[in-house]
Amino acid sequence: MEYFLTDEQKMIIELAHKIAVEKIAPVTEKYDESGEFPWDIVKVMSDADLFGLYIPEAYGGMGGGVMELVIAVEELSRICGGISLSLAATALGTFPILLFGTEEQKKKYLPPLAKGTKLAAFGLTEANAGSDASGIETTAKKDGDYYILNGTKQWITNGGEADTYTIIAMTDKKKGARGATAFILEKGMPGFSFGKKENKMGIRASATRELVFSDCKVHKNQILGREGMGFIVAMKTLDQSRPGVAAQALGIAQGAFDKAIEYARQRVQFGKPIISFQAVSHMLADMATQTEAARALVYECSRLIDSGAKDVSKLSAMAKVFASDVAMKVTIDAVQVFGGYGYMKEYPVEKMMRDAKITQIYEGTNQIQRNVIAQELIKEQASKK
Amino acid sequence: MNIVVCIKQVPGTTDVKISEKTNTLVREGVESIINPFDVYAIEEAIRIKEKVGGKVTILSMGPPQAKEAIKEAIAMGADEGILLSDRAFAGSDTWATGYTLSMGIKKISSFDLIICGKQAIDGDTAQVGPGVAEALGLPFVAYVRKVEEIKEGYIRCERMMEEGYEVIEMSLPALITVVKEINEPRLPSLKGMMRAKKAEIATWTAQDLSAEPANIGLTGSPTQVVKIFSPPARPGGEMILGEIGEQAEKLVARLRELKIV
Repeated sequence: MEYFLTDEQKMIIELAHKIAVEKIAPVTEKYDESGEFPWDIVKVMSDADLFGLYIPEAYGGMGGGVMELVIAVEELSRICGGISLSLAATALGTFPILLFGTEEQKKKYLPPLAKGTKLAAFGLTEANAGSDASGIETTAKKDGDYYILNGTKQWITNGGEADTYTIIAMTDKKKGARGATAFILEKGMPGFSFGKKENKMGIRASATRELVFSDCKVHKNQILGREGMGFIVAMKTLDQSRPGVAAQALGIAQGAFDKAIEYARQRVQFGKPIISFQAVSHMLADMATQTEAARALVYECSRLIDSGAKDVSKLSAMAKVFASDVAMKVTIDAVQVFGGYGYMKEYPVEKMMRDAKITQIYEGTNQIQRNVIAQELIKEQASKK
Repeated sequence: MNIVVCIKQVPGTTDVKISEKTNTLVREGVESIINPFDVYAIEEAIRIKEKVGGKVTILSMGPPQAKEAIKEAIAMGADEGILLSDRAFAGSDTWATGYTLSMGIKKISSFDLIICGKQAIDGDTAQVGPGVAEALGLPFVAYVRKVEEIKEGYIRCERMMEEGYEVIEMSLPALITVVKEINEPRLPSLKGMMRAKKAEIATWTAQDLSAEPANIGLTGSPTQVVKIFSPPARPGGEMILGEIGEQAEKLVARLRELKIV
């Protein structure tokens, strides 16, 4: 399909493709096995300017938007949906600063993130606050010009590896959602440490850790937006970042389809390549159709966000839900096309299936995304009367 | 430190076919790449520039589409590029190519170091680098696997030998040709690619170089290609199977049969 990409966007895809094929492909198995953080690949992506894609030039970025980030994440995820996450999760941790940071905060934190010499992370989830973010138990108690943070954030992508963290804590529990506040934290601050690194089903090249705050003293200058704006910061951030997850899912789906069709042409049974059997070719036709539809939705949503549109929640949730469901289905089918070989770790598709699953869960489960979509639909209907 | 890197655009290795009619390389529809050994030369030049400052100029001789190869080098981090392109250069052998490139370098005039890949993957002669040095009357070291030290007027490098290596000191300006052990080339950066897209690649003709017509192209090439052919595939050997003793018996019988013993 023709998506009318600019020359610069085509260059981004060409470059991300080169990195994925030449640098990432040879090490995906190694990192999937070991679960180590792929700093060598992060360096390659940083040297190639990929970390600055969506950050304004004034802060050392390339001046693009969500679309530029999305096409890069998609291309990298075709080869490894785990390694590409170092970029996508850094964007998730950077968006709050881009959207709500003061000039001073932007000047301080964005340049190294744009260069990729530092990574970022976003901390909202806790043990008892997943889909229900109002259950947050991490507190930030005011003490003069400072806040004292206590609590634990769970399953934080890039945790421990990132230097810059945007986290949400309760400054006034009584006020409920209006009592949450967003803070920028730095690795190494006294009272800020990391818990255990999780052993995951998929995206194993990505670091997932607890953030532990015990009497962590943070200056009020580290607040993003204002005290009490924490949930708005979180929701607006997720609206911007969902296309990134959707792009990761889209890339995984495309990568699995690429492998499946290549295999279906080579694998001979009953004297013919299996692609010549309708049972297989129709599976491939569906996989290609679903992937292309996901791409159209993800690109459209990214362009809407970049146009400066205010209300992007619905489309952003649609893109995330659709692309991640497609990724799950397409990767399962890819394993089926490979048959017994697909189940073996020696072949690439079982990893893609494991990697795909998380995209239906994190940054808002697909059930929560459907709630978001439904709420927007109800709002739209109500405003018609 | 001004560095000139000589590169060649060659057909992508995996796709090479030989025409049965003309016995020459089929170049139509074949993807072109920078000669892989030259990519190491570009990388080394950029590394030296990053360390001691200066400028990296890419020089190539070839048809107009070779500008693409020069732009790829700029995307990696080279500063500028010049293409020597003229119908009069067609049919150059290694001697004429060396002469033509040397005339280009003379026109660039300000240079401390020239770096070439050790050889091109299509011709495989490894003669052009040293040929350029000879034409310019400069010292050179071929098969460099490491630049140990480089400063104003001085370079110390390691030349790879079949066994071990030699450490060679040389005054600058000079030329080196590099082997793939010297570094790991970087990928282009997005900023580099954008700069390359806008970059103007100067094209110099035979006239611009004041090249001696008798020294360039087919006329200037002492090498005469009489015939190019693909050697016949080597037939598979004969396998003698069985127990050791049995094998020995069979082998002796076979050698007698062939009247070798």
